[in-house]
Amino acid sequence: MSVAAIITYTIVFLAVYVQVFFLVTLLERRKELAAAHRKGYSLSTYPSVAIIMPCWNEEKTVHGTVESLLALDYPKDKLEIIIVDDGSTDGTWKEIQQYQGHSQIKIFHKENGGKHTAVNFGIAQTSTDFIGCLDADSFVAPDALARIISVFQEKPDTMAVAPAVIIHRPTNLMQKVQKVEYNMGLYLKKMQALLGAIHVTPGPFSIFRRTVFEKLGGFRKAHNTEDMEIAYRMQEAHMKIEHCHTAQVYTVAPDTVKKLYKQRTRWIYGFIQNSLDYKHLIFRKEYGHFALFTIPAGIISICAAVYLFFAALYNLVGWIAEKIVQWRAVGISAPRVSLDWFYINTGTIVFVTTILYALLIMAMVLGSRLAKQKFSWHIVSYMVVYSIIAPFWLLKAIWNSLRAKQPNWR
Amino acid sequence: MRQWGKYLIVLLLTCGIFAISWYVSSYFSGKKIAEIRDIQNKIAVDILSSETQYSLLEELSCSDINSSIISDELLTLADRITYSEQNLSEQDDVLLLKKQYTMLQVKDFLLKKRISERCKTPFTAILYFYGTKQNCADCERQGYVLDAARAKYPELRIYSYDYNLDLSTIRALRSIYKVDEPLPVLVINSKTQSGFKTLEEIEALLPKDFIKRSQAQAQAAAEAKEEKK
Repeated sequence: MSVAAIITYTIVFLAVYVQVFFLVTLLERRKELAAAHRKGYSLSTYPSVAIIMPCWNEEKTVHGTVESLLALDYPKDKLEIIIVDDGSTDGTWKEIQQYQGHSQIKIFHKENGGKHTAVNFGIAQTSTDFIGCLDADSFVAPDALARIISVFQEKPDTMAVAPAVIIHRPTNLMQKVQKVEYNMGLYLKKMQALLGAIHVTPGPFSIFRRTVFEKLGGFRKAHNTEDMEIAYRMQEAHMKIEHCHTAQVYTVAPDTVKKLYKQRTRWIYGFIQNSLDYKHLIFRKEYGHFALFTIPAGIISICAAVYLFFAALYNLVGWIAEKIVQWRAVGISAPRVSLDWFYINTGTIVFVTTILYALLIMAMVLGSRLAKQKFSWHIVSYMVVYSIIAPFWLLKAIWNSLRAKQPNWR
Repeated sequence: MRQWGKYLIVLLLTCGIFAISWYVSSYFSGKKIAEIRDIQNKIAVDILSSETQYSLLEELSCSDINSSIISDELLTLADRITYSEQNLSEQDDVLLLKKQYTMLQVKDFLLKKRISERCKTPFTAILYFYGTKQNCADCERQGYVLDAARAKYPELRIYSYDYNLDLSTIRALRSIYKVDEPLPVLVINSKTQSGFKTLEEIEALLPKDFIKRSQAQAQAAAEAKEEKK
């Protein structure tokens, strides 16, 4: 067996291992998950909650975001909304000023300093039991907050709860494939939560107990992925992060390849840098599955994707070279297509890869069910589009990491 | 401890998935090898039949001997063995089949040559020696040219031999036709030609009457096709 074949088999083995790990977790906790999926929510008390909304050049979406918060099914005297304009240069501040004097809303304007400074500024203005954050391009379902608070009440040792993030009204292909990705991500996130191994509390509507910030301090710049770093810091402090898949938050997805590329480069770069910053946790069993599974699996996934990209590129170059040899020898000739079963590849790798794809499709279907969304045939588009473009942002993020060059927000 | 137990169970399940995949793959590989063996057995029987017919030539007329199907079947077999060499993991079995296939090719060549001499029928063949151990870039090109030659001249018999195959018959052929590196080497009507040859160069080396006959056959076939339309 060649070295390339050994590497490929190892990568596929690890990928299957990760998916089987999630599947076993699902089977172990299926009753608990099914019960959580079915039941409604009821709160014994309504604790006070503050939602911080940092804004930077969000004039188009900020109004809708605030309105969705005002429509939350939660007592008005227990919910305050802190809007912090982080030095926007468009009409965002003008939009925000509409809410001046609103009984539930406090608005602030500050010099641009980055998202983490805006959120920390907002936290300093609150005195509530719970503090949440909502990006100004996201919208919450009316029952989202109550459902999240019910998780805190059912599991009192929980320190933060992440919601189910769903793509808001996808229109073009790029947004539709992201919807499939987010639905699959919902399943993976749920499994990570069941393992106690969540590595990111997303900007759209993750809710924290106040004590998290009192004990650990506020958000940090953290390579422009402050929502990931706070989760790493909480895992380090053995603070439990839960996931409430019935609390739905809708976010506007990048609508062009360029925007998606920039966003993902920032995410992957953030993952690499935060994992390096917290490398002392990796493979330390006292930090549980977060250290034994989540971070190693993420690092291996990045390396595997890059290797497979170059392997595919190598094969493509080899194929082109062969065609050039053929062309030089006998000119252009029609390719021979054989329908004989003998020429169908029946190697072990084909069957294992088929099983791997079946596991991935199952993850997407389960994610769609958790999100209460319909099955979408864009699963196929997702696989095609991401296998072509994802390696580029992975490579760019690795390149930036090697050069220690931090990507911009937008 | 419970934590490590889960990692171990998942490891066993993953190994199980690989084991099942390997088993299924082996099953299909076995089927493919059996198919090659079936074709080889059929060709061996056909060749034996032709050899028997040849032995009976004293009593039979030349028109009763028919062995044209064998060459097509050899071609099918060649494709399957080349594919198996590149894709199947059971290389010991494939190597054995390749040796048997080589023997069948030699037998087919010798038989056709003898029938041709005895019955005074035209027979034009190319023996093509390629290398698998040497980094023979020209062998790949030569393969494409010979495919094109086979397509252009259906009557042309091309026998491909792996120069590096550890088989006494190959060593004998190399000695008889003085085949040596650099590869590729073509033996066209018993004359050894070393190095890559284009289709035009091969055509120049083929007997003139063979080219004329092939052109006439091609023209007749085209006219028949036109008439059918």
